[in-house]
Parts: sequence; structure tokens; C-alpha cells
Amino acid sequence: MNVFNTILILAAAFLAVFAESAFSLPRQLFGAQVDLLPALMIYAALNTNVVTVSLLAALGGLWFDALSANPLGISILPLFAVGFPVCLRRDLILRELPFAQVFLGAAASAAVPVLSVLLLLSGGQEPLLGWGSLWQWLVMIAGGAVATPVIFALFDWCHHALGYQPRTETSFRPDREIRRDRKLN
Amino acid sequence: MFKRKHYLALGAVTLVTVLLLSLPSRAVSHLKLGIGGLFLPLFGAVNTVRQLPGRAVDTVLPRGELLKEIESLRRENQQLQVQNLQAAATARENDQLRALVGWQRQQPWKLKLASVVLRDPANWWRTIQIDLGKRDGLVENLPVLTSDGLVGRISSVGYTRSQVVLIGDPNCRVSARVVNPARDMGIISPIGPLENSLVNLTYLSGNANLKSGQAVVTSGEGGIFPPGIPIGQIADSSRAEFGLYTEARVKLSANLGALDQVWVLFP
Repeated sequence: MNVFNTILILAAAFLAVFAESAFSLPRQLFGAQVDLLPALMIYAALNTNVVTVSLLAALGGLWFDALSANPLGISILPLFAVGFPVCLRRDLILRELPFAQVFLGAAASAAVPVLSVLLLLSGGQEPLLGWGSLWQWLVMIAGGAVATPVIFALFDWCHHALGYQPRTETSFRPDREIRRDRKLN
Repeated sequence: MFKRKHYLALGAVTLVTVLLLSLPSRAVSHLKLGIGGLFLPLFGAVNTVRQLPGRAVDTVLPRGELLKEIESLRRENQQLQVQNLQAAATARENDQLRALVGWQRQQPWKLKLASVVLRDPANWWRTIQIDLGKRDGLVENLPVLTSDGLVGRISSVGYTRSQVVLIGDPNCRVSARVVNPARDMGIISPIGPLENSLVNLTYLSGNANLKSGQAVVTSGEGGIFPPGIPIGQIADSSRAEFGLYTEARVKLSANLGALDQVWVLFP
């Protein structure tokens, strides 16, 4: 694991928050904006270390809250609460299976907004909630479930394209070459 | 299971969160707008890309077509100038009548055009950010509207950007009046997270006689919104709290889902 991976994940989080603010197509189509940070957190928790998970939670949460009416810092704990346990138990998770990625992405996308809203309510805020929020929650879960394997595939592609590729060893060894030297009479 | 670095990470994240949440609101507002400023180059790039098709169309449009468009705009401008003269005469007459009755003179609205640069990424708030800030003379609580009607009010101001809390958000309550003989008054409040074009008009008197289609405008009470800004039209009404008061659903005049440019109203 190197710094390049952490930078790549943080850059993706920055772009994800920007995309959520700048493009409102999901909001116009389904009535809710999809949050990509939980899906990104699942990728970080399964493939990097606890430092990257903490950085993603802190910076991703800060960026999200800076563009939102949320109190600054309220999104950090929900993201960390999702990433930290997954990071601790990742040896028990079949991270390469698409089913596991979809399930974890859906679970994270379900947990993060619920925790955020609970924190907001406990802080005396009055977010816009109603029966429609249930639909928005389902859209966010579905969006997170779809986004997680896509994020895994994208990062795999990035590593393949930009990362260091070890030189493949060939089975050829000059000292064991059979020299054919047939003398024809 | 827990290693030392896990404890450290947990402690650091908790500490950062507690520190941020305990900052004074003024510092938080500045910090938010500062962090949000990091995204400005991206917004600039996206806006440029969005304008490209329009510019491309302008380039390839025949000259005759453009001249025709200019001629049509010139005619429309002349028509508006005549209407403006008539409105100015009406305003003068209104001022004279107000002076006769002893009412306060109405100040003309001063407006400034702003572009919407982003929307709130969270589903539980309805806010937008615009490209005007302190350097343009903006202060908190200025009304924001489109040519169709009220949009919301400025909730926080940065140097170059400001946040607008939209009508229908729990933090934007508006005192409103129904344009009917009884001049029924109520409070505009949110209706639900999926209803982008409807809001609730609550605390109307129990015997309010409302009909669908009646216009709803700002009442001027509360000191933020001047009277007479169109909000929408009554969609339907019902009795609430065992007939204690009447509630009505109001269809908003402004399309909050497709805001590109808005006007900030200066006192």
C-alpha cells in the first residue's frame, strides 16, 4: 500500500462531492441525490489502512458539509463508523466477490444517512424529513449498491494503468540452454 | 483486534469532529465558505463546458437569423420601455396617494442578477449557492427571487459566494397573504422532501374562504420579505387540528428544480 492509493481515493472523494453538488440528474429522475462517499469508504476500508479510512472520513465529511447546510463536521463520524469496523474485519470479508461489494455498498449507503440524520436531530437541527425520505433512502441504498462494484472496477483499472507493474519472469535461462550442435558427416 | 494505530485513528477522528462541532457559528460559516472555495475551479470548468454548445450554436447560426433575433429583441425592448413609463407614472400616482393618506412611501426594488453555482448534496436540506457575496454588497436574509416568484433568502454570505435557503426548507418560513377579499394570512412551511413545487400554507384562520387558483404573495410581516412578492397559487385547502385553523397547499410559481439564475433583492 502506498501514498499514491490514498491520494487517488481522496481525489475521488473530492470529485464525488463536487459531482453530487453540480449534477442534479438523479434528483430530477428519482427525487434524491445519490451519495458516493459511503461506497468509496467501503473500497478504502477493504483495500487500504486505517489512516486512509480516517483521512477519507475527515476530508470527505468536511467537503460534503462545506457544500451542504449540514453543521460542519457532522458527516465525519457516520463515514468513519461505517469504514472503521469494515477495515478491522476485512480479513473475514470476501472483498473480491461482486456480491460482497454490492451488499457492503448498500449497507454503508443505508447506514451513513441514518446516522447523519440522527446526529442532526440530536444536535437540535430540523432537517426536511417525511414519508418521502423513505423513498430517498431507498434510492441512496440502490445508488450505493450499484456504485460500489463500479468504484472497485475503476480503482483496479487505475492501478493497472498508473501503478508499477512488476516485470514478468520468463522461464528462459541461458545457462540451461540446450545447445544443439549436430555434426553432419 | 485493536492495535495502537486503531486507537489513535479513532481518537483523532473523534477529536476533529468534536472540535469542529464546538466552533462558534461565525467561524464555522467562514470555514465552510473557505473549504467550499476549493471547488470553485471545478465549477468554473463545468460552467464553461455547459456554455460551449450555446456558443457553438451562436457561431454556426446564419447572420440573417441573428439579425432577425436582434430586431425582435429591439421591438420587445421598446415595448418594455413604454410599459416602464406607464409603471413609473402609476408609481408616482401611488406615491402621491400614499402621501395623501399618510402611508410610508414605497421604495423601488433594487435587484442584482446571480448565477446558481451548486445545489446542496444532502437530501434533507434545500439550499443553493450563488456567485455573489460580500464584495457585491450581499448581507444575510436578503430575499432571492426569479421573474416567476419568490425563491428563498440568503442564509450565509462569503466573499464571492452566498448560500440561499430555498422556500420549502425548514429554515425558510415566510409570512404569506392570500390575495382574496379577506386577505387571509398564514405561514409558508415545508410539505415534504419529495414535493419540490408544493409548500404548506398553515395557521390560516379557521373560517378562511380559500379557492384553488387564488394567488399567494408575501405579506411583509417579519421584516425579511417585502410585501407583494408572488409565491404561488392555492392548490387545495383543508381544516387542521380539529378545525382550529386552515391549511392549504400552495403550488410555487418559481421552478425550484431548475434554477440557473436568480435575482437578489436589495432593500
